[in-house]
Amino acid sequence: MARALVNVPKVAQQGEVVEIKAMIAHPMETGYRIGPNGSNIPRDIIRRFACTYNGEAVFSADLFPAVSANPFIAFSLVATTSGTIDFTWTDDAGKTQTASATITVN
Amino acid sequence: MHALWWLAAVAVAAICGIVSAAGIEDGEKRSGFDFMTPETQALQADDMSNPGMLWVLQGEQLWQQAQGRADVACSGCHDDARQTMRGVAARYPAFDAATGRPIDLAGRINSCRAERQQAEPLAPESDALLALTAYVTHQSRGMPITPATDARLARFRDNGRGLFQSRIGQLELSCASCHDDNWGKRLGGSVIPQAHPSGYPLYRLEWQTVGSLQRRLRNCMIGVRAEPFAFGAPELVDLELHLTEQARGLLVETPAVRP
Repeated sequence: MARALVNVPKVAQQGEVVEIKAMIAHPMETGYRIGPNGSNIPRDIIRRFACTYNGEAVFSADLFPAVSANPFIAFSLVATTSGTIDFTWTDDAGKTQTASATITVN
Repeated sequence: MHALWWLAAVAVAAICGIVSAAGIEDGEKRSGFDFMTPETQALQADDMSNPGMLWVLQGEQLWQQAQGRADVACSGCHDDARQTMRGVAARYPAFDAATGRPIDLAGRINSCRAERQQAEPLAPESDALLALTAYVTHQSRGMPITPATDARLARFRDNGRGLFQSRIGQLELSCASCHDDNWGKRLGGSVIPQAHPSGYPLYRLEWQTVGSLQRRLRNCMIGVRAEPFAFGAPELVDLELHLTEQARGLLVETPAVRP
């Protein structure tokens, strides 16, 4: 069960700059904290965030242990054609979580 | 000698009277929201950036999921939470006839799980319990807190007020020493808010997760170096009762964001 919130405007004008927001529930465990048994809690972070617009990569980011839990990423995009915007978060274990949204361009 | 003792008793009673009357006036009641920086306020105000909404979203999914040996979902009895749960959380804690004690919303969810769904109770502060509590409370967002007026709750509410006003721990501070007498001033770098539980379960930036009011209360108890009550302890529910009475009229903000 992916717990992600993405916000993409439903409708945009051709050539309009729109703001995209994406947030996912993740502990972002740094690997530096010490657990109750005295040993380090294993690192568990989202390593990469990527966004595609109709299959074409438009934004990506590498994340590091200093990023807070439940990372929130906002960026802007030029609306060109109607279609889907897909979001992918990849964690340390290589497991991915996805979300998508559609946009209609007039 | 007797007369002297009597005089002392009267003096003590008078002082106690003053102390108990020195709560926060209605006109001065302010949510913790008002004490935050504009940046943190903006984080709470926009549902798309409020991380607490992740728990509300999870709660919405859990609401529909069949659980336990009875294989029934919350929605199986309560239907659409957006209608049936509207305003419910604003009245909690409520009186639970089965145990003869007040029960808070998380406690009610767990007792509903045990009785109706025949499922294992959810652990305190587990994501699932916080998510369901947040989802149900979220249905009352924007509504004024209106604690139940059940007369059977009065005794427990009084006990809660007593706990709020009694000094505890190595630092010998009561809840009231900070939140009634010194709100608006600073403790270290942080503003001391009035103790109003208007946004729980809430996302606390320091916790990097959503937490319950009981977690907050236990935090404060550890802060004054007292032995905290266990999660679900009757004392904590009594305190919740007193706090919701104090916050009567403030609007439910769940999921709130706090520093």
